[in-house]
Amino acid sequence: MSGVTLLQHGLTGISLGGAYALIAIGYTMVYGILRLINFAHGDIFMMAGYFMIFAVASMPWFLAIPLVMCLTVLLGVAIERVAYKPLRSAPRMSIMISAIGVSYLLQNLATYLFTALPRGYPDIPFLKKILHIGDLSASLVTIVTPFLTILLTLLLIALINHTKLGMAMRAVSKDYETSQLMGIRINKVISATFAIGSLLAFVGSVLYFTDRMTVFPFSGTLPGLKCFVAAVLGGIGSIPGAVIGGFILGIGETALVALGYSTFSDAFTFAILIVMLLFRPTGLFGEKVTDKV
Amino acid sequence: MTDTVLKLNDVTMQFGGVVAVNNLSMHVDRGEIVAIIGPNGAGKTTAFNVITGVYAPTNGSVEFCGKTVISNCPQGKMRKLYAGENIGSYDQIVRKTPDRITKLGIARTFQNIRLFKSLTVFENVLIARHMNIRANLFAAAFMLNRQEDQKMRRETDELLNILDLYDVRDEISSSLPYGKQRRLEIARALATEPSLLLLDEPAAGMNPQETNELTGFIHRLKEEFHLTVLMIEHHMNLVMEISDRIYVLDFGKLIAAGTPEKIQNDQRVIDAYLGVAEDEQ
Amino acid sequence: MKTLDKKTNYILSAVFAGLVVAILVFMDSDRAAYSYPLAILQRSAIYAVVAVAMNLLTGFTGLFSLGQAGFMAIGAYTVAILTIPVAQRPAVYYINGIAEPLAEASAPLWAALILGGLLAAFMGFLIGYPVLRLKSDYLAIATLGFSEIIRAFIAAPMLDKVTNGSYGLKSIPGFPSTLMVFLVAALCIFLMILVIRSSYGRAFKAIREDEIAAESMGINLFKHKQMAFVISCFFTGISGGMLAVFMRSIDSKTFQIGLTYDILLIVVLGGIGSITGSILGSFLMTAGREWLRFFDDPLVIGGFSVPLFRSGFRMVIFSLILMTVVLYYRKGLLGNREFSWNGIYAFLQRLVQKGKHKKGGKEAKSHD
Repeated sequence: MSGVTLLQHGLTGISLGGAYALIAIGYTMVYGILRLINFAHGDIFMMAGYFMIFAVASMPWFLAIPLVMCLTVLLGVAIERVAYKPLRSAPRMSIMISAIGVSYLLQNLATYLFTALPRGYPDIPFLKKILHIGDLSASLVTIVTPFLTILLTLLLIALINHTKLGMAMRAVSKDYETSQLMGIRINKVISATFAIGSLLAFVGSVLYFTDRMTVFPFSGTLPGLKCFVAAVLGGIGSIPGAVIGGFILGIGETALVALGYSTFSDAFTFAILIVMLLFRPTGLFGEKVTDKV
Repeated sequence: MTDTVLKLNDVTMQFGGVVAVNNLSMHVDRGEIVAIIGPNGAGKTTAFNVITGVYAPTNGSVEFCGKTVISNCPQGKMRKLYAGENIGSYDQIVRKTPDRITKLGIARTFQNIRLFKSLTVFENVLIARHMNIRANLFAAAFMLNRQEDQKMRRETDELLNILDLYDVRDEISSSLPYGKQRRLEIARALATEPSLLLLDEPAAGMNPQETNELTGFIHRLKEEFHLTVLMIEHHMNLVMEISDRIYVLDFGKLIAAGTPEKIQNDQRVIDAYLGVAEDEQ
Repeated sequence: MKTLDKKTNYILSAVFAGLVVAILVFMDSDRAAYSYPLAILQRSAIYAVVAVAMNLLTGFTGLFSLGQAGFMAIGAYTVAILTIPVAQRPAVYYINGIAEPLAEASAPLWAALILGGLLAAFMGFLIGYPVLRLKSDYLAIATLGFSEIIRAFIAAPMLDKVTNGSYGLKSIPGFPSTLMVFLVAALCIFLMILVIRSSYGRAFKAIREDEIAAESMGINLFKHKQMAFVISCFFTGISGGMLAVFMRSIDSKTFQIGLTYDILLIVVLGGIGSITGSILGSFLMTAGREWLRFFDDPLVIGGFSVPLFRSGFRMVIFSLILMTVVLYYRKGLLGNREFSWNGIYAFLQRLVQKGKHKKGGKEAKSHD
């Protein structure tokens, strides 16, 4: 393999990893606070893709982006309100089943509304601009993704470490009940978490689908699961961990495709997950929790 | 010659930087009733969890009937963090899991009752008899072990009778009043046929009358089942009345040991319990 | 309240079973006329097996596994490879050819089903070592991952000569009769009930209730979890094999995550921890999907075409119903209880009493 193709694949990998990282943050934040694998997160990401298709069809992209962003955030928060909030005191398995149910509903809804056929994702002109650096050519989105990911992550970390909302989030993720007793309005914090997660899922969807070009009702399932794996890999609850996990998976997957093992690229993710859970269940940056007896 | 049932050698349990149990050495002889007392957070329950294999100690060993059942030394990250003593004295690593330790003959109850909540009283005790099942899965599924199964059920009923739980046999265990739940936990522990019974705060949540009855109850069990008893208890009257010997823990460290009379007059114990006023020192 | 005695119970059960057999035999005698309801019944019975197998894990042992689709795939492919008539194999594998030892290997259906179950169980045994040490949701995601890995291997080009890659396997001979599907399903479920009611089944329940307490009762957690997992995988494999025979053609896409979710929703609908609930759930869910089919057709009332009614709408309604169950009837149809004639009897008695009560109330009112 020549140096240029290697670089080319590297770029693709980093770009895919960036999109994964943004989605993984949503998983890690929700898990950190509610101890819930939000199975619907991947489908929120898919829905964001569809919203974008319809928005761009009827308005210029610079209006469509903020509108779809709001819609996605609304969807994420609404799901939490309707499907997770009534189950706060229920066993964890119930909430997880509810999440699977929501995922199922969103997929069926998408099939109903938009048919099962893949739809073309709109070109956002400036993202599609092809850049040439020497022999290397890449669309702008490929180059922008990693930087945007890192920028958003830094902003998010700043938010969590230096604002009141961030402090509340940290408190809730440490001890749900005590923080409630301390006067933290827990529902607000949880809504905010889902809002941020969905927002990042939207950004992720723009970056991901611009590269992939089509959206279909199940296009959120597998990326969703992979991003959860990324979150576990980095240590669930840790935002930098999720980002690094996302990049590792994105790059690893692209490498496998480049080597001609594309059938195993999905299996690779889960193999990593299992190896990780065996040898370091807390992930790369996770904290150890001991059960109280 | 006395027959030592349980022996702890320099047991240290450290969670990160927190030393929950620090260099604890103690022993329990056959037929004794021994109590561990100490203020909240002194590491009593942690010591129980080490003995029953729930936690692997950071350092030290536990012997049961002369055999080492647990032994560990600081490893990995702990090697740097270790704040206890006697490092390097225990190079043998033995970690029996809780079920193996139960099979050897140590049974326990829990501080915050852990019954099989949605199962009946009868099932709760019957499950404890599963431990010694001879039949394999197929034989058990096809009911080829009818004799064994009937024996398990009969023994369970006998045990419920002895512990006065027969009248609530078919009730869901979580619906029982608190005192009976504690008794059921003891019944369940006894169903594993232990020689050493660990009771974690058996009187917690009981009213004075129930607590009074507990003394006789524990003595009765001890005689009937040939038990040795190690208990954690806060209730001083009960402890002083029932124990042959007492160990006092404070901040994970053993501060006193001996007969109830000796403990009652020990200045360090009084200080630990009542606190030493700073300005009077 | 009066309850039914044992004898009445047996008689009612026997009558019910007889009725089912009679209906099945009757419908089987004219397959062309009843092909649609027969297909629904067969699928329901097959789903009932895997739903009970999942319940054995989730409801009775407290292990939340989402690997069903993968284990079903193992069973399905085993059965398919062994039962496709040798003469038709070249036609099935016309693109890649068939691996030498498999070209002639064939087995009767019952042996193929058992072998499929055993292979799935063996896979479960291997996978169990790493994943059963994990806690609840990690276990779910790890088993789900394994299921995807199995699917990836099935579709992998290296195994083309065995699994026929992405072309899938066709020409699997179907079941000789619906009655047979029901008998196999009933046998599987009966065996699982025996396990659950044995001492080992009680140990599983103890693990579900409280792992730490179970362990301190001398129950080896890993050994018993492994046991439950392997048993569940065995029957999941068998039901996968049955599904292959039912569908007559399979490919790796048949066994996507969606299949696992379907089974999970059946278990939830019927009640986690209730075997009869799972059986009832699989019949209701499979039939429900078909009943709701009219939502998919355009509806015209008095020349006015009602909007919303078009392809896909039924699945939306269906998932909404399921969400309602998950959110508001968390216990499902039966909770963790089992169906019994006594339950039905008590229910009818209450209904009658209520009716009387209402009547009484009305009469009292009319008096003043």
